[in-house]
Amino acid sequence: MGRSPIAVRIWGDYACFTRPETKVERLSYDVITPSAARGILEAIYWKPQVRWVVERIHVYKPPRFTNLRRNEVASKASAANAKKAMNGTLKEPLALYVDEVRQQRAATILRDVEYIIEARFDLLDHSDPIAKHYNMFKRRAEKGQCFHRPYLGNREFPCDFEWVEGPIPESELAGERDLGLMLHDMVFTPVDKPKDADTVSGHTGEPLTARARFFDAQMRQGVIEVPPLAMADVGGHA
Amino acid sequence: MIPRIDFVYLFDVKNGNPNGDPDAGNLPRVDPETGHGLVTDVCLKRKVRNFVDLVKNGDSDAEAEGFRIYVREKAILNDQHSLAYKALDIDAKKRKSKGKDKAEEDRNLTKWMCQNFFDIRTFGAVMTTDVNCGQVRGPIQFAIAESVEPIVAQEHAVTRCAVTTEREAEKQEGGNRTMGRKFTVPYGLYRVHGFINPYLAAKTGFGEQDLNLFWKALEQMFESDRSSSRGEMSPQSLICFEHTDSLGNAPASKLFGRVRIERKESLEGLPARSFDDYKVLVDESELPEGITIDRKF
Repeated sequence: MGRSPIAVRIWGDYACFTRPETKVERLSYDVITPSAARGILEAIYWKPQVRWVVERIHVYKPPRFTNLRRNEVASKASAANAKKAMNGTLKEPLALYVDEVRQQRAATILRDVEYIIEARFDLLDHSDPIAKHYNMFKRRAEKGQCFHRPYLGNREFPCDFEWVEGPIPESELAGERDLGLMLHDMVFTPVDKPKDADTVSGHTGEPLTARARFFDAQMRQGVIEVPPLAMADVGGHA
Repeated sequence: MIPRIDFVYLFDVKNGNPNGDPDAGNLPRVDPETGHGLVTDVCLKRKVRNFVDLVKNGDSDAEAEGFRIYVREKAILNDQHSLAYKALDIDAKKRKSKGKDKAEEDRNLTKWMCQNFFDIRTFGAVMTTDVNCGQVRGPIQFAIAESVEPIVAQEHAVTRCAVTTEREAEKQEGGNRTMGRKFTVPYGLYRVHGFINPYLAAKTGFGEQDLNLFWKALEQMFESDRSSSRGEMSPQSLICFEHTDSLGNAPASKLFGRVRIERKESLEGLPARSFDDYKVLVDESELPEGITIDRKF
């Protein structure tokens, strides 16, 4: 088994990699998803010219859960009301009253997690050599630098990270564990008509559809092999 | 541009309940494995919002310019004044724009919300525009606060000398006394880590003035949040690690590790009952290049 060019150790007190089917009262997956791992790598370094590919996830602590119930709001900020307020035609003050739109939501979250993410990036635009991106990432990871603080699923669960040089330490988790069907990542594909779009690219403003891809996650001796995200369309993510 | 800052904020509670757990009948939140008390990130953000709303929107409209609070509590509402927003040069009646213009309009809308609302600029918000570009990520990120030592929640039975309904009174044959419960933590010192991100700050327009207001909120927000359940909550220390490089000059974990909280030797083994029972040690030796420590209080 070869080693990916990039390996980063991440750890934190809490994590919540929400299962899409249990997103109202959040229930975390047993381990980090490739999608969340990509988010962490992107928090450290990302450019539109590259796409992160997570190849392997090493799990160093057995999944342990805890519960956290919080008062949350049920609705989003209203764009229509904001527009009216801008125009001065809104009767009442523009605000969201939390006691009126309150939901109590429980979250079953992971605690005390530690992973090593093995990854590489693919070039989407060959104007720069891959070594440049690699070195920029490496420098940042070694110095603890990041574009924004990486987090474990939700922003209230920030994580620490460090560059891993040399061989990947072995996990003490023995045996095999079937983690079931797990979210791999979202695939974003450009569309022509804005009305068909699920989202827009944060960089180009291009309308995109978003489709979830899943994979059969097996953990062997604490290692999860992440299959390539079979991509019909290499449009890349936004 | 504001600098990257990682901060450690310490606050304590005396005979109060800093954050009730809705899952446990409003008992103070406790980590079931360690016994350490918890205060959620959203609880602290709520207090920051309430503080800013109070100081900025209490008196005059002029002062409130750009410091409105979007996610509000009715209880502290003071909105007799009419709205006077500084509108952008967009005709809101021409709502039927499509495609690129629509996206542009949505961006303007988001920008306008950031300009007018302190909490959106600071903590972010999700807006219901058609496509998902009305999402604002704020520059300030809180982790969950945890007490330095395990806490013990005390249950108090309290009585009241009145009843709510006639029927209750009849049942008691005029005794008119009911019992209630309340929970307190005799003492708890909590520590929370926070992060301020210059890139996201630039995106939302979070500036120097906002940052100063945020620090002021951390220093004073408990003063305006007194209630029977909270007891005495006080800010105790705010230690900021400022980076010269916007990407950061050192890993946050290494910086946070420089702040240690210990019990005073003479009090070892006794339950802590005040902040004086602790000492806060900040290791300022051999700081990484580009890092300065600023102890705000």
